[in-house]
Amino acid sequence: MKFAYYPGCSGEGTSTEYEASTRAVCRALGLEFAEIEDWNCCGSTPAHAMDTVLSGALGARNLMLAGRAGAGGVVTPCPSCLSNLKMARHRMRAPEFKARVDELLDAPTPAREDGSADLPDTFSVLQVLLEEVGLEAIATRVTNSLEGLKVATYYGCLMSRPAEIMKFDDPENPTAMDKIMSALGAEVVPFPLKTECCGAAMGVALKEVTSSLSGRILASAKAFGADAVVTACPLCHMNLDLRQGQAGRATGIAFDMPVFYYTQLMALAFGLPAASLKLEKLAVSPGPVLKKLADCRAEKARVAAEAKQAQAESAARPAESHEAGGAAS
Amino acid sequence: MDTIRLDFARDANFLHAVEEESGQNLSTCYQCGNCTAGCPGAQFYDRQVSQIMRAAQLGLKDEALGNRSLWLCLSCQTCTARCPNNIDVARVMETLRHMARREGRVQHRPIESFWKAFLDTVRLTGRSFEIGVMADYMLRTGRGWGNMDIAPTALAKRKLPFLPHRIQGRDEVARIFKRYAEKRS
Amino acid sequence: MKIGVFVCHCGSNIEATVDTAAVAKMALGYPDVAFATDSMYTCSEPGQEGIVQAIREHGLDGVVVASCSPRMHEPTFRRTVERAGLNRYMFEMANIREHVSWIGKDREANTNKAAELVRLAVEKLRRDRPLHAKQFDVTKRVLVIGGGVAGIQAALDAAEGGVEVVMVERESTIGGKMAKLDKTFPTIDCSSCVLSPKMVDVAQNPNITLYAYAEVESISGFVGNFTVTIRRKATYVDWSLCTGCGSCTEKCPSRHTPDAFNEKVGETTAINIPFPQAIPKKAVINAEHCRKLKSGKCGVCAKVCPTGAIRYDMQDELVTEQVGAIIAATGYDFMDWTVLGEYGGGRLPDVVTSLQYERMMSASGPTGGHIHRPSDGREPKKVVFIQCVGSRDRSIDRPYCSGFCCMYTAKQAILTRDHIPDSQAFVFYMDIRAPGKMYDEFTRRAIEEYGVNYVRGRVSAIQPAMRPDGSMGYIVRGADTLLGQQVEVDADLVVLAVGIEGSRGAGHLAETLRISYDKYGFFMERHVKLAPVETNTAGVYLAGVCQGAKDIPASVAQGSAAAAKVLSLFSKPKLENDPQISVVDIKRCVGCGKCIRVCPYQAIKETVIRGETKAEVVETVCQGCGLCTATCPQGAIQVAHFTDNQILAEVNALCLS
Repeated sequence: MKFAYYPGCSGEGTSTEYEASTRAVCRALGLEFAEIEDWNCCGSTPAHAMDTVLSGALGARNLMLAGRAGAGGVVTPCPSCLSNLKMARHRMRAPEFKARVDELLDAPTPAREDGSADLPDTFSVLQVLLEEVGLEAIATRVTNSLEGLKVATYYGCLMSRPAEIMKFDDPENPTAMDKIMSALGAEVVPFPLKTECCGAAMGVALKEVTSSLSGRILASAKAFGADAVVTACPLCHMNLDLRQGQAGRATGIAFDMPVFYYTQLMALAFGLPAASLKLEKLAVSPGPVLKKLADCRAEKARVAAEAKQAQAESAARPAESHEAGGAAS
Repeated sequence: MDTIRLDFARDANFLHAVEEESGQNLSTCYQCGNCTAGCPGAQFYDRQVSQIMRAAQLGLKDEALGNRSLWLCLSCQTCTARCPNNIDVARVMETLRHMARREGRVQHRPIESFWKAFLDTVRLTGRSFEIGVMADYMLRTGRGWGNMDIAPTALAKRKLPFLPHRIQGRDEVARIFKRYAEKRS
Repeated sequence: MKIGVFVCHCGSNIEATVDTAAVAKMALGYPDVAFATDSMYTCSEPGQEGIVQAIREHGLDGVVVASCSPRMHEPTFRRTVERAGLNRYMFEMANIREHVSWIGKDREANTNKAAELVRLAVEKLRRDRPLHAKQFDVTKRVLVIGGGVAGIQAALDAAEGGVEVVMVERESTIGGKMAKLDKTFPTIDCSSCVLSPKMVDVAQNPNITLYAYAEVESISGFVGNFTVTIRRKATYVDWSLCTGCGSCTEKCPSRHTPDAFNEKVGETTAINIPFPQAIPKKAVINAEHCRKLKSGKCGVCAKVCPTGAIRYDMQDELVTEQVGAIIAATGYDFMDWTVLGEYGGGRLPDVVTSLQYERMMSASGPTGGHIHRPSDGREPKKVVFIQCVGSRDRSIDRPYCSGFCCMYTAKQAILTRDHIPDSQAFVFYMDIRAPGKMYDEFTRRAIEEYGVNYVRGRVSAIQPAMRPDGSMGYIVRGADTLLGQQVEVDADLVVLAVGIEGSRGAGHLAETLRISYDKYGFFMERHVKLAPVETNTAGVYLAGVCQGAKDIPASVAQGSAAAAKVLSLFSKPKLENDPQISVVDIKRCVGCGKCIRVCPYQAIKETVIRGETKAEVVETVCQGCGLCTATCPQGAIQVAHFTDNQILAEVNALCLS
């Protein structure tokens, strides 16, 4: 299927590191997407909070552009955009809803015979990576294993909800990022709050909500021994990373928990250049975690070197130490 | 609290309108409370989701529309995902919020102002633009200083571009908003 | 021919939307109708008397009653006409209630439709002829499928009544679910103490043959004469030699075999006797976990067995039994609750099912009756019970109530407070369903005497949470809908009252028995209210939860009821068939044998008449289903009173009138 790419507004602002690493990882895995030309904001939560038809129209314009460019599907890294675009298409399968959306647009959306809107479906980059590229190809691409890194995978609420519409992963226990992290060599800690809400867009108007909910998530990740949290959502990332101080004050826990986009860790494991990771954009410094990873790698190299030397020695004296060489290898 | 005279206070038209607009059958709700149990916003609510569902089920319009909870709902869909009766509870909450707004019963101005501020930038540029949203929001409400603690980091990390990205088709997007405003008035 | 027509008001059920007097008047114009009237309740004594009188006064030789579904009252009216001296098959019924008055409100249209249905019945009756039932012998033995408490009761009562019983049990011991329970509500008496004597009675009753570790393979025949093939699964132990001494289980090295009897709480050995009171108390090897059977290397049990009973080369064996009636008592299983990801989907060690908890509390269970939670063996101090897990939940297609969970949850909460006095017990419920004798009082005792905390609301999620002391807690996020607030408990152990469904394989068995079942695997009774023990297949009866959720006393009662049904069936010296069965027209039959192949009852056989192959119907076996009639390319085989001519006459009456 030919996919059109919808980056979402955060990719130009608060989450340029997600945008850069997503593009780099996709390129490294041989996925090429053409960006929807002149796309507009999907309206995010504010649009559907105010009116579903308005939200539908903002989404529909993008889907029409993608359709006109010949795309069979739209792919986006942002779960909020994903949810809005998918929902717009879903609702416009009803001819009455389509008609109400069409009234807001310059030109009506294309129609199928049954009166539903003929628009491409939207998928997350995560889904495409898993289903079109596959874990094996991802694992093969790893040059710098993340062995030694313990991560809590946080999915947020929208990635697989509502299940009947999103049709991806388990809505209560999603594992898409877990699988990718394992393929990169990282250890995924048990983390029960994978799909708990972080407070979403409440940060501006009522930050008690985001700080208390995000605090709960960070506290759980910490209690289960995670070195870092991994996420796929710019809004979740802002609440957990940039607002980590607020979450700490709300819960009385001093957090120092780096929050990565999963694509940053993929880029890291693939050995892609620093410019495509933009780790410097993270509010909570990943320095200590990266150092742990480097130490771990050095230790592994040292053990391997020792084993090699022992093997060489045992080769020199084959009669005596056959057993010791066997144990070390 | 007042005694509710159920024989007079029940507004069948209201119940019908909620069911029609949300596409949900409220009579299937048996008040198990699962929506309340899983709601991440519950601690901030003045009326719990299951109580709002009950009010709507009884056709008690004031109770269903006149609460802060509708505005604090995070749209996380946990209630919908776990409802044993397949009710899209989040959709009902959203519907009630839309109805409340149409009737001028906004119970949390700052949140509505944030949404408006956000949509203003979309209307003007075609995309959302964080600094623009914040400035608009602060102008509308005089609030927003509580988040100044994160501003230095956000700026230092250059997470907030100062200039918006104006798309070519911004007039087209503006016309969506214009037609929407006309429809509503 | 002189036909009488009786149009029933059924109180206002029919009369309200059908002009019955007008229908009777129209009927007088139909061919051969000599008498027609309407009556208030035709099935009542005066109503039936009216039919008898009319037959005598007008010399009628056939009767049509236009009233309700024949399911209920056709036998009634057949007896009525017989009382007046007619052949009982010279009777037809027109259903103008379910097919007319209950489904439409237009009185005029209804009246016309009712008249047309009467006309069809008249045309059919004009082509009826007297039929006579054949008598046949009955094998006075009964098959009981399932050795739970319902099956045990049915078997004991039938055996007590002098009938030979063949009991087939899938597991290696009888006792069913009840044998796994620690205590029973509302008396908190020991479950195995009340059940064990009955199990021993089954073993010792000379009238009962028990096939444990066996399954019904196939069934043929009909009421009075069923042939049952039973598969005796390989136990790898010669039970005629096994004394149940347990030496083999002590020495077996495969100690990590899932313990099915203990609901997989803990492990057992590959050769195993499920529990001390097992009936029969014999060892069985679990082939999936036995080293000898998997890899050929071991053989410890054979070495230690003092009677030399181990047979590694044992194969399944098929045995055949003749019976006259069958009682299905196959019980239930739990629905797969792991579809509920919000409760951990089976991944959380300290979230257990109520039956697992029952084993954890039982003195004969894996923990010797001490409650230890599975993850770390600690005694739980905060136990949360969640009701309706997979019951009353349309989102996972389990819309029904599982019936007895409210009561056992109250019992388990009481026992928890009993076992661990410094514990707290919380029960999340939606409604408390306690309609039995002393049941509501029992749940009140849980609350009032034992201080169990009942919280009205469903639980949204169970989330593990690391406690500061390093132990694992489980945050149970619920709602108290009476308070209108979200609530949480940091639990040590969570017990799920998991909803039930028909026993695994129930659908397959139902098809073998030719009885109906619903999509949840429960068997359908013949009539919801008036025939709850019978099925649509004559001679097949139901007992216990296989028919629908019920508790122990109700299961026992139904077991006795099923036995009573069998005893009353067997009390007759001979049974009579329904003569509305297939008849072969020898002149037309070409002996192609298609009817023989489609007959589900093996009721048609090949015969040779004057050198030509023909089909022949075994009259006492044929059930009159009509498959052969529809299959026969010659139109040579016809069901009496449902002949092609009769059906065409009805169609003509409808289309040409």
